[in-house]
Amino acid sequence: MDQPIRVLVAKPGLDGHDRGAKVVAAALRDAGMEVIYGGLHQTPEAIAEMAVQEDVEVVGLSVLSGAHMHQFPRVVELLAAAGAGHVLVTGGGIIPAEDMAELARRGTGRLFGPGATLRELVDYIREEVGRRRTAARSD
Amino acid sequence: MTVAATSGLVARVRAGEELACARLMSLAERGDPRFGALHDGFFRELGRARRVGITGPPGAGKSTLVESLALHWRGAGRTLGIVAVDPTSPFSGGALLGDRVRMGRLALDKGVFIRSMATRGVFGGLARATDDVVDVLDLSGRDTLLIETVGVGQSEVDIARSADLTVVVLHPGGGDTIQAMKAGLMEVADLYLVNKSDLPGLDRLVQQLQDILELREIPPGERPPILTSCASEGRGVAELATALDALLEARARDGRLARRRSENFDRRVRRLVDGRLRHDVWEAEGLGTLLSARVAQGLPQPAYGLSDEILSLYRNRRTDGDPR
Amino acid sequence: MTSRTTAPASLFDRWSEAWSKAGQRDAAFETVSSAPVRPLVTPQDVAGTDWERDIGFPGQFPYTRGPYVSMYRGKLWTMRQFSGFGSASDTNARYKYLLEHGQDGLSVAFDLPTLMGYDADHPRSAGEVGRCGVAVSSLRDMEVLFDGIALKDITTSMTINSPAAIIWAMYLVTAQKQGARLDQLGGTTQNDILKEYIAQKEYIFPPQPSMRLVVDTMEFAARHVPRWHAISVSGYHIREAGSTAAQELAFTLADGFAYVEAALARGLQVDEFAPRLSFFFNSHVDFFEEIAKFRAARRIWARRMRDRYGARDARSQTLRFHTQTAGCSLTAQQPLNNIVRTTWEALAGVLGGTQSLHTNSMDETLALPTELAVKVALRTQQLIAYESGVANTIDPLAGSWFVEDLTNRMEAEANAIFARIDELGGVVPALEQGWFQREIGKAAYKYQRELEAGRQVIVGVNKFVEEDDADQKLEVLKITEQTEKDCVAGLAALRRERSEAKVRAALERIRGDAGSSVNLMPAFMQAAESYATLGEMVDVLRGAFGTWREPSVF
Repeated sequence: MDQPIRVLVAKPGLDGHDRGAKVVAAALRDAGMEVIYGGLHQTPEAIAEMAVQEDVEVVGLSVLSGAHMHQFPRVVELLAAAGAGHVLVTGGGIIPAEDMAELARRGTGRLFGPGATLRELVDYIREEVGRRRTAARSD
Repeated sequence: MTVAATSGLVARVRAGEELACARLMSLAERGDPRFGALHDGFFRELGRARRVGITGPPGAGKSTLVESLALHWRGAGRTLGIVAVDPTSPFSGGALLGDRVRMGRLALDKGVFIRSMATRGVFGGLARATDDVVDVLDLSGRDTLLIETVGVGQSEVDIARSADLTVVVLHPGGGDTIQAMKAGLMEVADLYLVNKSDLPGLDRLVQQLQDILELREIPPGERPPILTSCASEGRGVAELATALDALLEARARDGRLARRRSENFDRRVRRLVDGRLRHDVWEAEGLGTLLSARVAQGLPQPAYGLSDEILSLYRNRRTDGDPR
Repeated sequence: MTSRTTAPASLFDRWSEAWSKAGQRDAAFETVSSAPVRPLVTPQDVAGTDWERDIGFPGQFPYTRGPYVSMYRGKLWTMRQFSGFGSASDTNARYKYLLEHGQDGLSVAFDLPTLMGYDADHPRSAGEVGRCGVAVSSLRDMEVLFDGIALKDITTSMTINSPAAIIWAMYLVTAQKQGARLDQLGGTTQNDILKEYIAQKEYIFPPQPSMRLVVDTMEFAARHVPRWHAISVSGYHIREAGSTAAQELAFTLADGFAYVEAALARGLQVDEFAPRLSFFFNSHVDFFEEIAKFRAARRIWARRMRDRYGARDARSQTLRFHTQTAGCSLTAQQPLNNIVRTTWEALAGVLGGTQSLHTNSMDETLALPTELAVKVALRTQQLIAYESGVANTIDPLAGSWFVEDLTNRMEAEANAIFARIDELGGVVPALEQGWFQREIGKAAYKYQRELEAGRQVIVGVNKFVEEDDADQKLEVLKITEQTEKDCVAGLAALRRERSEAKVRAALERIRGDAGSSVNLMPAFMQAAESYATLGEMVDVLRGAFGTWREPSVF
């Protein structure tokens, strides 16, 4: 039996609109994942620390404030510096498509904008984590 | 992870490296077979840290209390490890681990390591995993370890009991006293803490606790202390910390701590053996599959005869010198 | 009413029978709040309604048909587009554009650092300055924001909550410096801290000291700025967070009653402050559910204000509200559809009798609106006002059996929720326990599952989906990092130019007043005048009041 996927769900920065983050956390739990809910108003440093201590395979960030070009790369950078560069950084919010592409170039995984379904997110996480686990095993 | 990497891991944990701690914990949580060998390599270094179990019904404010206690002890220069255990959903197999979010004041303090664990619903596996995870924190050199569980299931109660000291946290108006009694929480407490002391019904609950202790005919000198607190406002936390330290000191001196640790160790080894035996019989020898196949043939079948058969098969396969 | 208000039993029976044999199309027949919708409503369903007691006339208790005698025949609703981005000068330009194009009231959107009490140069503001509103860190920014706009001639609504009293102080001082008297100023500060704990989560301090700040503003307004609405009790955000319509209605009114009780506890007379309470609701996609919600809100408020709180002034009894069309109903897919959604949501607000209205722009799921998008949104209101004819008569849907029945049901659901809140000890105890937050979270998750199961339909998202969304390629507004750099530089200059002694003295006064029961507004105004920054003032309060962290919300 495969180990449950551990995911950190958090909101970086000052925005408090957590409807999406909470819905995603509930959905990931219902999909059999262990969700560490990191909460609101987190700094990228605190998010990276939580990700390391909890040894998560996935960090999911919800960013609606327009500050995504600053916050996603910062978390990716901090995780790499802490030796946790293998962690999948995904998430969603109000992020234009061209920004998603740029963020992917800077190290995030796929990001999910308005209208994305929970199903898509769950499937993506399962597939991507599965892929990374297999790759790690054959190292 | 390669063999070299795993043994390097232990050295890095000793040095206090967070990522290594987290990785070794995951290894333990998964029941990775390599953990046992590693543990046999470092067990002598364990036991320096004091372990306090904090359990109680939901709503008692345990996470806030744990945070306050940790802050207090950090102020005194101690280093903390915190393990927060929450239930896995029996329906989905997933879990929402929302304890550390309530310990935000401990964020970015290198002197505090927080790990969230889900019960994962594997029989007996939770206690084993928690013991192992707490050992990793001990190995990393942290001197005070807090293990928080929701005291609703037997295994969570067991975890609290496997610490050096167990605090049972209740709150007025929770209607939980009876529930707590059912879960066996009343018996495991070395100290009762009535949190949320600002709520109505405080005195009544404290009285109820005293009455229960009276009923159990414990001599007054040996009764677990009953303290009150309002952790969200920082009241009663220093007193709790002092009381816990005093209890630990006293038991270290009079041999009760040593006895407790021996009992816990005994229980732990039995649990490990039970777990491995169970795995051996059902998984390794494939007897689980055999049982399923028999059952599928339809009832009635002899429960005792069938179990005799399974055991007999197991013993024979063992003596066949099968290197499993 | 016509002479025949009840259908003879046989007609109804005949219809019922035919109905039971008729097929229905494959749909859930629920509102967006998952409330079942009746296929047909007849006079029987509203037989218990007493037309005079429950519906009455506009401008007359219980105000179901509207707070004013003449409603839109007398004066149209205020067209007030929420707006703000970048630096104060960027937003000043946008305001002038909107005023030129016929907007008649200003509405200020602040950026997240401002909303959370951080200056633009604070480390936690990095990456967030000017992104979803205008950055205001000091009186200087406020002066630039309204440069060339005479505050005594306009009304301004400011969407600010935790630091509302401080921002309001800056606004008042700006107006005074323009030569206006406080009693000439009209406008609104949202200043609804309860809904922050419940839904929007832009809180700073714990509930008790926050309520004190709110009552300070209510008291100051009652005494010195009589045309000002000190609070806009808001349901919009509660709805955006995922609540149902009935929850939005009940939670908002419960918050309103909590503010009334807090002001009464301070010793204010109900008719001193209640006339200047205002409300702010969402207008979501289910057309009739929203109209019923607005009408039920007026009736519930009027009755309770008169019967429980002893309000005698009609203005204390009348619930007046601003409406914003639902942001969460907009889609990133096929954004032109949003123009249509916004139109009927706006229409529902008008048919519900709103006093002012903001219409969302089509591109707001992607970014803050462009000039073109916001112009279309404004035109939407103007088209409704001048071409549709609905504003030529008052509360035209009154008497519709369907609408009156729905209004009654909304009221009943709200009353059940009020009872539950009372059981929990009231609004503040309930939010401290996380009750509202969990209810909203459950409703949000339920809705999302229904959406993904196809029970709720969103055109372009789960029906009539287009793979290659050609019209998705809209030009969107970009906020650059230059804004942050400019604001930071501006603050550095400010700190050099102002009198540090004056600032220190002013901050000390805030500290002292915060620790006593003195109204803090004068201290805030003095500090604003000294060019103390928002962050400096909020830091003093953080020290005095502490900060708030959420209780368990799952």
